[in-house]
Amino acid sequence: MSRLAEWKIGESLKEIQLDPVDRITLIKYAGASGDYNPIHTIDEEAQKAGLPGIIAHGMWTMGNLAKLFTNFYEEGYIQDYTIRFKGMVFLNDVVTLQAELAEENENNLRFLVRAVNQNGNEVIKGTVTCQLYASSY
Amino acid sequence: MFKEHIGKQSNKVKNIVERGAVKKFAEAIGDLHPIFVDEETGKNSRYSRNIAPPTFPRVFDYGTIDGLNLPNKGLIHGEQTYHYERPLLVGEELTCYSVVENYFEKKGTQGEMGFLVLESFGEDDMGQVVFTSTQTVIITEAVRKVLIG
Repeated sequence: MSRLAEWKIGESLKEIQLDPVDRITLIKYAGASGDYNPIHTIDEEAQKAGLPGIIAHGMWTMGNLAKLFTNFYEEGYIQDYTIRFKGMVFLNDVVTLQAELAEENENNLRFLVRAVNQNGNEVIKGTVTCQLYASSY
Repeated sequence: MFKEHIGKQSNKVKNIVERGAVKKFAEAIGDLHPIFVDEETGKNSRYSRNIAPPTFPRVFDYGTIDGLNLPNKGLIHGEQTYHYERPLLVGEELTCYSVVENYFEKKGTQGEMGFLVLESFGEDDMGQVVFTSTQTVIITEAVRKVLIG
């Protein structure tokens, strides 16, 4: 694995494709996060809310996206993480996580990040700013 | 109906970055990395202990804001930001609270949409802010009508 500091603008981190979304994954996230809004776990409740079926928690996708950076914890940490929720994630959707380096200021790296579904549509989009530790650059 | 709450703050609540909760959360987002869950890896890291994933503050209790009654259904999460001074450390205690930062309405595809911006904070035992988060919640016209009754 290469170091964050060696990345060049326009280069992408290795993308991660998640397994198709299943119900137990969303039930686990509900339990772990405390977000029990039933549109994420119970079909009838999702339908009552006008949805075709249950949808993933936006924060589940946002939580997943951050793992592109977990391996770099010795080199730096996520200082800012900003996300706009753009589309819904349904059961069986296949989500891919992506990050591209957009800006570099000495010890501060700003990445454009997004998660896209199997149709290439963005479901969440934003930025991650990594603050590198002084000894790392 | 939400504008009057701008500037209001919740009561402060102490939260612990609990080891079991971090593990459960890391598992739920498919990120069971040793820096989050393995004590040895944490000890040998630059943090000298395990850390929590950046979206972990989702689990904290931020207290209640007097008079602010949000429905538990029909809200849309529009935007979310986190700002950190450093990662959260497993085992530490943080004092958390929220402030109603803003409320405004905009014409959208589903009528007049309400945007509620909540800012939340986590402070360490010295009162230093460790993280700030901003959550923008969209409240549709239909939901607001129900609230008014």
